[in-house]
Amino acid sequence: MDSILIPKGLKRCSLIQFVAWLGFVSMFLGAGGIGALCVFGLGLNQTGLNDYFGFGLWITFDLAVIALGAGAFFTGFLTYILKIKELKAIINFAVIIGFICYSGAMVILGLDVGQPLRAWFGYWHPNIHSMLTEVIFCITCYLTVLMIEYLPLLLENRKLDEIPLFHNFSHSLHEIMMVFAGVGTFLSFFHQGSLGGMYGVLFARPFLYRPHFFIWPTSFFLFILSAVASGPAFTVLITSLTQLVTGKKLVKRSVFSLMAKISGIMLSIYIIFKIIDTWYWAKHILPDMGLTLAELYAPPYSMSLLFIELIVCGVLPAILLLMPKVRENDFLLYPALLLNILGIIINRFVFTVQGLAIPVMPFDSWQIYIPSWQEWVTSIAVIAYGIVVISLSFRYLPVFPQEKELN
Amino acid sequence: MDKAHELEKHPKYGMVIDLDKCTGCGACTVACMEENNIPFRKDETNKLRSITWLRVYRINNGKSYPDTEYAYLPRPCQHCDSHHTPCVSVCPVNATDKGREDGIISQVHPRCIGCRYCMAACPYHARYFNWWDPIWPKEMKQMLSPDVSVRPRGVVEKCTFCHHRLKRAKAQAMMDGREEIREKDYQTACTQACSAGAIVFGDLNNPEHMVNKLKTSPNAFRLLEKLHTEPKVYYLSTKKWVRQQADNGLLEAHKADVEHA
Repeated sequence: MDSILIPKGLKRCSLIQFVAWLGFVSMFLGAGGIGALCVFGLGLNQTGLNDYFGFGLWITFDLAVIALGAGAFFTGFLTYILKIKELKAIINFAVIIGFICYSGAMVILGLDVGQPLRAWFGYWHPNIHSMLTEVIFCITCYLTVLMIEYLPLLLENRKLDEIPLFHNFSHSLHEIMMVFAGVGTFLSFFHQGSLGGMYGVLFARPFLYRPHFFIWPTSFFLFILSAVASGPAFTVLITSLTQLVTGKKLVKRSVFSLMAKISGIMLSIYIIFKIIDTWYWAKHILPDMGLTLAELYAPPYSMSLLFIELIVCGVLPAILLLMPKVRENDFLLYPALLLNILGIIINRFVFTVQGLAIPVMPFDSWQIYIPSWQEWVTSIAVIAYGIVVISLSFRYLPVFPQEKELN
Repeated sequence: MDKAHELEKHPKYGMVIDLDKCTGCGACTVACMEENNIPFRKDETNKLRSITWLRVYRINNGKSYPDTEYAYLPRPCQHCDSHHTPCVSVCPVNATDKGREDGIISQVHPRCIGCRYCMAACPYHARYFNWWDPIWPKEMKQMLSPDVSVRPRGVVEKCTFCHHRLKRAKAQAMMDGREEIREKDYQTACTQACSAGAIVFGDLNNPEHMVNKLKTSPNAFRLLEKLHTEPKVYYLSTKKWVRQQADNGLLEAHKADVEHA
């Protein structure tokens, strides 16, 4: 029934099957909608947050998806600026994943602020000294860039492409995509960094504070590096998952290997600097503030968490991804990519939740935060929203240029 | 005149709290809530969501009976004086500011977007989020202070050193044809409510004000000085174990000194 909308020469499941799939995913969206209504209607008392945990699951989720969504800008940079042609096979999908990650993060941020109707004050009353102002600026601008990058793909839909205006507009956008890739890289570079800088500048929070390089704390650079290390890994993983679900080969295996290699190189650079940064912080910053590393990694956050973050999910996947044999072997490649991604999620969790759980005043106590169901269902709904966008894009848009050739 | 001298010319309001005098009665907290229209709920058992601009902590020396000792530590906003105040520098919308003429850290409630970044930045937990709509019992609505606006759900609030009282004192001084705000003209609600006289408030820069003398006492200390937040709230205690609780690592350093000796 909808075959006139499906790209020529590509096979898709029946419409009934597709609608049933969307219906199933929409249940999660509905649950998220109920959670969101509770929060918007009754306030943030519906969450598990409190005066000690101003940030919780939502901010961890946001930081994680924004880092993982970095595959869009980094792949765009490599494809359009560095002209790595092989990546053209995956750039469309990387943009879609980035768009989902950023738009989803914006929805969550809308829920997370106490006065969502005042969110535009970030532009109206900006504090130029605040890292969060830079985050607000760059994330909103970059989401616009992602929309522009997504637009030509949307216009390539079989029916829309028949309209000369759309066809020509889409073609023109393609011609100047290098400009948007450049702008996207610039904006992403700064907001990924500012998200890390947001924590690094908190000089009265010993667990979060980091030494500065010019005006930026080291966490600024580490967040950029970790995002470009995990972003390509996430793009490969989601593409592979899409291949698994659809039962089709969408991208040449060599593209995955190349992306994994890029991810491995970036992860290696990141983890070296991260270990140096952690060592300097533990050796110099913390003692100056009267604290020790062991005190901050006290239960329920034991030293093993630091070991898992840096070694198991950092050094190990970095070494694995640098080995060509691993990159060619699916049974080794995917665990390595997963560890890479998990390490970055743990990093964001540690900065967000553990950082706030630790008492700073000596007579204060550790606190525990448990997210409420409203926080969980809204976060899950964003994942469901991502699945819907991917499903619709895959069905109606020519996302993968190699699909015809490979199937 | 250089900038530093220009700033020194202005008053720098601060507080000195004598912990040896504090009985932990909580009158300061009650007075603060009444003065500043701080909302409360029927069930205030969850202290992580209670709004107490002035919270009284109970601290102990960690020893077991019969050597146990307790002290009470009232903690208002410390009105940090560092170049980059932890909360002021991070607020994305300039909803919190350090007064150029009085050093008081203010909160602009109609501008706050409720992102809670300032709360994450403050090591003293002196900032509170309005988790619920403020609802007062019917009878109490008539008793709300007209000088302080009530805050809606979803914004952050904190101690302002009863800033509205400073405004009132300034207006009175102008009416009287005076330029100076005298010590007795501007006092916070908690200072006046403290029956033990443990809280002293005034201009830290003014040699005629009591706080100016008290802050130089050998028993004076501030919370978390190692973090360089430069609080304008000082504490006094003759007890070493109390002073050692002011910052991280002091107790350990003391133990090491004893062992070394």
